Amino acid sequence: MIRFENVGLRYGMGPEILRDISFQLPERSFQFLTGPSGAGKTTLLRLLFMSLKPTRGLITVFGKDRTQITRAELPHLRRRIGVVFQDFRLLDHMTTWENVALPLRIRGREESGYRNDVTELLKWVGLGDRMHVLPPVLSGGEKQRAAIARALIEQPEILLADEPTGNVDPPLARRLLRLFIELNRSGTAVLIATHDLSLMNQVDARRMILSDGRLDIYD
Amino acid sequence: MTRPPQAAPGTKAPKDGGKASRVGETPRLPKLPDMPVRAIPRILNTRARRPTPIVPSGNVAGRALIFVIAIMTFLSCLTLGAVTLVRDTASTWQSQIAREATIQIRPEDGFDMDAALAKAAAIAEGFDGVRSAEIVDREATARLLEPWLGSGLDIDELPVPRLVVVTINERNPPDFNAMRQALTGAVEHLSLDDHRAWVDRLVSMARTTVAIGMAVLALMLAATVLTVVFATRGAMAGNAHIIEVLHFVGAEGKFIAVEFRSHFLSVGMKGAAIGGALAVLVFLLISWWTASNLATPQADQATALFGTFGIGIPGYLGVIAVVILISLLTALTTHFTVLSHLNDLDATSSG
Repeated sequence: MIRFENVGLRYGMGPEILRDISFQLPERSFQFLTGPSGAGKTTLLRLLFMSLKPTRGLITVFGKDRTQITRAELPHLRRRIGVVFQDFRLLDHMTTWENVALPLRIRGREESGYRNDVTELLKWVGLGDRMHVLPPVLSGGEKQRAAIARALIEQPEILLADEPTGNVDPPLARRLLRLFIELNRSGTAVLIATHDLSLMNQVDARRMILSDGRLDIYD
Repeated sequence: MTRPPQAAPGTKAPKDGGKASRVGETPRLPKLPDMPVRAIPRILNTRARRPTPIVPSGNVAGRALIFVIAIMTFLSCLTLGAVTLVRDTASTWQSQIAREATIQIRPEDGFDMDAALAKAAAIAEGFDGVRSAEIVDREATARLLEPWLGSGLDIDELPVPRLVVVTINERNPPDFNAMRQALTGAVEHLSLDDHRAWVDRLVSMARTTVAIGMAVLALMLAATVLTVVFATRGAMAGNAHIIEVLHFVGAEGKFIAVEFRSHFLSVGMKGAAIGGALAVLVFLLISWWTASNLATPQADQATALFGTFGIGIPGYLGVIAVVILISLLTALTTHFTVLSHLNDLDATSSG
């Protein structure tokens, strides 16, 4: 679904942050992206999410060359990719339910058409009784699950999660990991950016390791 | 080192074998083990309320923006009203003075003043463009001199010139040179003052006053525009995270711009309406005060200078125009600020 070929990225006239990155995210795959802090994990996620353009190399997203994707096409392609941000990015003035429903609301869909879907998804991530509270009163783990639910509500083909367990304790991290695994089993390709070794050790999955701007892949 | 990726973690491949549901289909999510689903509050079944606006309505920046817009609209409307008042008053002064001319006859020994006055009035009335020629009688002349010479004055004892007030059709004024020649040829000791010198000075003063007023109004409107633009941008800065979230969950730029524009149009309309209403209230209060103090010396002076102290229909229409202008300005600023922010996000995307 997403393919990188010899991708390089630099900011302005600075040094290359990512060099000769080549890999692909196939359908229904599951992988970890790891590496030391500052290695470029978040930058690579932004490239995957089309929030950045590479300075060289080729990125193909759902069969389209990234450089040929127009501004008008970007929103439609982004809806096929769910993103869980490291800082959650929930809107504090909206309830958990409304935050999760936001991607459907911006598409102009009637609330009656997705009300049950959102409720079911929130129950699925364990926020059945936290639907109508505002994010500031949610715990870190609850915010994380709300952010995951928002990323999943449109049934994306790919889920990108940036340090999804960075703000939660180990038991909750394990539960979130099980959530991602279940999601992957239902057909969504998952990429989790983390440097939590214990988390990665729980799953036999592909590991993509970023170091000094280069990517090594261990299957 | 790079090998083709495996299909799924742990179990290597999905065991359920089911086809994954895709975008737009009803979610077919699997049951998550050990993830407790707690009691669902009853409110869930009573969701019939209006959805929360995407742009929050009651934050501090929004209230401050309403306040700023109200103040700037109020000041702009006051300036506009003042300019309208000055323009109307200057026009009235000019019109009143241009509407009259004065025939003055100086007394001499053995001169028949009454006959001279009657003759002069008759000659003046004979000219096209003259509506009437009225002799200022002895009593009225005495009243004119009363502030300087006191009451009980017998004007026959003093060499006081007598006057004939000639009322003129402003649109079709008479030929003053011909009138002057006819009058001075027929009546001795006569002079005609057509107020031209005063009118020229007043026209010049009125034009200068209105020009200064318009310049002040232009500066005020420019200050209002800049203040509203920067205040709106400031209020928008507090909502930048909302734009980013909407952008990254796949909202189109047009959708985001419309959401913010609608919200800030409402904010702009509230502020501008408050400011405009306060300005109208001030005009009405001043108008009421002058109307209710007509007989007092202060009101007489104010009325002499500014007429009835009302800004009239054009003034009120101007206030409405300022309110609409500022509301639209707020909405437009928001629109372009959102597009600019989205452009910045996309510019970042260009690496």
